[in-house]
Amino acid sequence: MRVSTGSTTGRTGSTTGGAAAVGLPRWAFAPAAVGGLFVLLPLVAMATRVDWSSYWSLVTSESARAALLLSLQTSAASTVVCLVLGVPMALVLARCRFPGIDLLRSLVMVPLVLPPVVGGIALLYTFGRRGLLGETLEVAGLQIAFSTTAVVLAQTFVALPFLVMSLEGALRTAGARYEVVAASLGARPTTVLRRVTLPLVWPGLLSGAVLSFARALGEFGATITFAGSLQGVTRTLPLEIYLQRETDPDAAVALSLLLVVVAVLVIAATRQGRPGRSVL
Amino acid sequence: MTLAFAAALPARGFDVELDVAEGRTLALLGPNGAGKSTALGITAGTLRPHDGHVTLDGRPLVRAEDGRTRTWVPPHARQVALLAQEPLLFPHLSVRQNVAFGPRSQGAARRAADAAADRRLAQVGLAHLADRPPSTLSGGQAQRVAVARALAAEPRLLLLDEPMAALDVDVTPELRQTLKHLLAGQTAIITTHDVLDALLLADEVAVIEDGRVVERGPTPQVLSRPRSAFAARIAGLNLLTGVWTGGGVRTPAGEMVHGHDPGDGLAAGAPMTAVFRPAAVSVYLDERHGSPRNTFRGTVRSLEPRGDLVRVRTDHLAADVTPQAAAELSLTPGTRVWLSVKAAEVDVYPG
Repeated sequence: MRVSTGSTTGRTGSTTGGAAAVGLPRWAFAPAAVGGLFVLLPLVAMATRVDWSSYWSLVTSESARAALLLSLQTSAASTVVCLVLGVPMALVLARCRFPGIDLLRSLVMVPLVLPPVVGGIALLYTFGRRGLLGETLEVAGLQIAFSTTAVVLAQTFVALPFLVMSLEGALRTAGARYEVVAASLGARPTTVLRRVTLPLVWPGLLSGAVLSFARALGEFGATITFAGSLQGVTRTLPLEIYLQRETDPDAAVALSLLLVVVAVLVIAATRQGRPGRSVL
Repeated sequence: MTLAFAAALPARGFDVELDVAEGRTLALLGPNGAGKSTALGITAGTLRPHDGHVTLDGRPLVRAEDGRTRTWVPPHARQVALLAQEPLLFPHLSVRQNVAFGPRSQGAARRAADAAADRRLAQVGLAHLADRPPSTLSGGQAQRVAVARALAAEPRLLLLDEPMAALDVDVTPELRQTLKHLLAGQTAIITTHDVLDALLLADEVAVIEDGRVVERGPTPQVLSRPRSAFAARIAGLNLLTGVWTGGGVRTPAGEMVHGHDPGDGLAAGAPMTAVFRPAAVSVYLDERHGSPRNTFRGTVRSLEPRGDLVRVRTDHLAADVTPQAAAELSLTPGTRVWLSVKAAEVDVYPG
């Protein structure tokens, strides 16, 4: 790409109003529209069932507030854990070559295809009182199952692949060429990571973190199996919604809409923060 | 000896010995896949040799025996900077921050690193672009910034991996002049398959074919009396020597040759050489005027096939023309012709 030296704008890669979708068959629009409606219609249907007169009182009830707060706290905590563990995992998977790495890559993705409830059972047999590590942890005075920590672990378990996948893809696309140049200029590996690698894959890292947060926010199966449903301790918003559905469908619908709004806000906020041009 | 290199990588059919003396530039010539990049990779530390060693200033960078690495200095500690085909400027840093990256990474304070960067940018004539993001630079500008960045790291050895290959032909002469200026006194290895790079930038040439050094020696010797097939194929440039007149080179025969401006500071009367490729030369039966051209009178001495083209030799020049053109002009030994070459195709350098 070449921009004349007199130009002061540096924006590249932005599509303007004049862009045309060349080579897109016309028939593709119909199924695409159906797909869009398939996602949108249930949300609209749910919104029509909301009892707006009592909406505010329903979503500000003590149990609802406790559930929302717990959900946001645990999702934020599990996103941090995902970053701490997932960034090095993605780096190893994208940059290292050793026997068995393909197997390792597949294993990391297992939580994606595993039913969350199975993940919850697996966690129970690992960190539960009679689990693989449970007894050791109990000796150390730690009891994880059915605590807020268990909620975070369950959410991390299901959300981690999203971060690793997103970041590993970004790392592969960016390639190692910039890192080779940086090292040849005398930069130590940690300096290369901090000043070159991570800034280059920033969009991938951000979208991976957002996906992880969203997945953690919606986590249900593993949480209820491994952490149970104790108000203020382990009962996150999805659990609260499921519980309310039995007794108070209006409250369940109101909270569902709240969860949708929170998810949309999170995605919108990160879209706003992302620069309009590609980094590469 | 500053750099001593002797390494083998049987998996790639690579077995090469090289050395570069302090302040000298070695050109590695050879076809694609001959092993030029392997040699650079082993020196920079992106590849491990199966056998052999690389020593820089008496310090072993790598030593391997039968697949076991005995000594290994990681790339960042080698003081070996790499300039690739593409500039690979860090897109999230400004031009100045890019050039300051080396000094900063080696522990310099921000102020000192920025000052060093500005000095290097001035050397490549781009000080005015220091605050720009790299995405706003042209290809030639970006590559010159990459040169400044590599030199700002103060490497003991600079590796240039076909630095001109990804550039438009109309900006390569400028970069070549910049490099010629900056490589003086810098120990460097440049890989290329362009004989002009070797001629203008390198003190010595090593020709690599199939992972072996097939020929090496001082540049003028290898290019004037090539012994390997590859050197013979790429050599054969037109060389005209003369003196600088302020606007061009005047040969002893009185011919004026105009080319790329070699830059300021040349005194009239300084010895100069003008270089151009046979493929850039057109052959006519009458004299052509107009456009910035050089024309030379000559008599055809020989015609020889050369791939899809015919090489026409006069007493002191060569031109590559299509067989159709040779037939249309009825070229035979003894034909009086005018040879014409655009000034833009001619490189002029002191010496």
